[in-house]
Amino acid sequence: MSAPSPLSVLSHSPIGSFAPDVFASHLASVGVAPAWWLERKRAAYEKFAALPLPKRTDESWRFSNILGLTLDRFALAAPAKPSLAPFPVPHAASLTFVNNRAIEGGQKHGWMELPAGVVITTIGEALAKFPDLLRSHFMAQPQKLGSGKFAALHTAFLHDGAFIYVPRGVEVPAPIVITHIAAGPGAAVFPHTLVIAEENSKVSVVDTFASADATPQFACGANDLYASHGAQITYIGAQAWSRETMSFQFNSTVVRRDARVQSLNLHLGGRQARHESLSQLQAPGAFSEMLALTVADQTQEFDQRTLQIHQAANTKSDLLYKNALRDQAKTIFSGLIIVDPDAQKTDAYQSNRNLMLSEEAEANSLPGLEIQANDVRCTHGATSSRIDPEQEFYLQSRGIRKEMADELLTFGFFEEVLNRLASDELHASLRTMIQTQFTKGPRV
Amino acid sequence: MSSLEIKNLHVTIGEKEIVKGLSLQISSGEVHAIMGPNGTGKSTLAMVIAGHPDYVVTSGDVLLDGKSVLAMEADERARSGLFLAFQYPSEIPGVSIANFMRAAVQARMAEGEELDATSYYKRLYAKMDMLKIDRKFTARSVNEGFSGGEKKRCEILQMAMLEPKFALMDETDSGLDIDALRIVAEGVNALRGPGLGVLLITHYQRLLNYIIPDFVHVMYAGRIVKSGDKSLALELEAKGYDWVKKEFALANP
Repeated sequence: MSAPSPLSVLSHSPIGSFAPDVFASHLASVGVAPAWWLERKRAAYEKFAALPLPKRTDESWRFSNILGLTLDRFALAAPAKPSLAPFPVPHAASLTFVNNRAIEGGQKHGWMELPAGVVITTIGEALAKFPDLLRSHFMAQPQKLGSGKFAALHTAFLHDGAFIYVPRGVEVPAPIVITHIAAGPGAAVFPHTLVIAEENSKVSVVDTFASADATPQFACGANDLYASHGAQITYIGAQAWSRETMSFQFNSTVVRRDARVQSLNLHLGGRQARHESLSQLQAPGAFSEMLALTVADQTQEFDQRTLQIHQAANTKSDLLYKNALRDQAKTIFSGLIIVDPDAQKTDAYQSNRNLMLSEEAEANSLPGLEIQANDVRCTHGATSSRIDPEQEFYLQSRGIRKEMADELLTFGFFEEVLNRLASDELHASLRTMIQTQFTKGPRV
Repeated sequence: MSSLEIKNLHVTIGEKEIVKGLSLQISSGEVHAIMGPNGTGKSTLAMVIAGHPDYVVTSGDVLLDGKSVLAMEADERARSGLFLAFQYPSEIPGVSIANFMRAAVQARMAEGEELDATSYYKRLYAKMDMLKIDRKFTARSVNEGFSGGEKKRCEILQMAMLEPKFALMDETDSGLDIDALRIVAEGVNALRGPGLGVLLITHYQRLLNYIIPDFVHVMYAGRIVKSGDKSLALELEAKGYDWVKKEFALANP
């Protein structure tokens, strides 16, 4: 690999480091796999190579830093040793990937026995043992949010990932913690977490993303959540890649009858991080709660694109994305609610709130609605506000320094989202993780 | 022994001069009451001493133990020993009383020194019990959805925890029913002592039945126009403020 080049001279080759010979050597490293899997990867690679990089004029990339997108100077990450501890929350099981590979002994059980039939394994193993499940759920949903090229890249180069299956009626009593680590300069990683919750099952998954070092890396990950009738999934995505990393993450959530999915994505890391989230409410009683918290500072850019599709009557979605922006940071929120003609009695909510902690930060909001049914309740809105000077003065008048006052007020702003979590342990762990972004004041 | 000295203070907000040459000296152990009609600059005086950025001192000085506080930010003044009990305390959603108080206590500790959580909570609960504040309040957001009485008790709780040298109490009696007033007054009286000086700002004499002042000053048109002992407060209660206004008009034709 050549030495990293400064951003100003980035190449914008549509395939960059992911040339055909690199793909061929990746395929050779896959080992024994079903023919359909290899075929999917080949087709994905072709699609990736054929599609152009996003352009400034693409509506789904409006406001994004197109010039910052580059596929150059990366290399498929080589095996490396784990260097980070998993997310500190009591868990039922954990699985850790370093540079796309499940680490030796990384598949650990927590303090409890897993209920019978629950599967927590790698995609590699699932290909051998549960090919049909994988075939029908892996990256099976449409890419509607603009990153078709990068999603294809993900499928093409995916080496391994987490496969979680919870059988009918089974409840996993504590979270399952998945850790994805990128290590080394230029490392390209393709994290994947697939969660299949069968009828009336219940599971909570914490998916974390971190860099072992502060070098420029490339992350192109996906998570697929499938909640069958009456199932309940809680998904936490906690992204803390290095400050030099370019990151893409694609979420697809399918919610069936009376099922409920709550997802909360925390965005902290990356130079430029894009997150796309698609919720499909496919049968009556389905509910998707989509939450996100972002702390953006320095020159970070966080680009969040969401789509809530109501495909059946009596479905509900509730999106609340909150960003705190400092320094020269930039955020983009573009959200769309689509209500299909038959989806009467839809109840959809979408809200993006930005807390501007700096005059130089930039928050862009593009909320949208596309309603084809006539008996629905849809609300959307976006706000940007500054720290309330009276609240800040009140805290300062108690001796609290300005930086600390602003930190407390930022946590106050986030609390509305964190309070949606039923688990106090998850709430506390996420707070601690957010705290790492604030280094100026003393810890509370 | 500490002193808070206000010397010929002039304060403007926007273009308007509100405080027009006010002087007052308070020593620790003393309780001074400032009374006066609405719009006379009483709250401005409290805000400017606490360091609110909207209020501009155009001349004069405020000295804490002989040292000017005017160049200090509000937080530094607070750590130096000043405390303002607000007339209208801010509501701060999402920030719990426990975390807020903890940050305030921590801010007074040396860098690197860790707060001992056990003794902190012990002290907090003892003060809450004194002020008859339910311990569950620690988990509630600061002032959010509090009744008027709860807000004022919470102000006194902060004062009790932070142990200032001087407390400025801005209309602490406003919006309180008689029971709440009694609890607040008992709290203040419990904190009274040789280490604390108090400046009580009030419109009504009522509060002074419960917190007996050592000195009473009448503020009008941005300055102190009359000073005396607690009997002055009773006189104001009986005669209203009109005679003060007349006297002022005669003296300043």
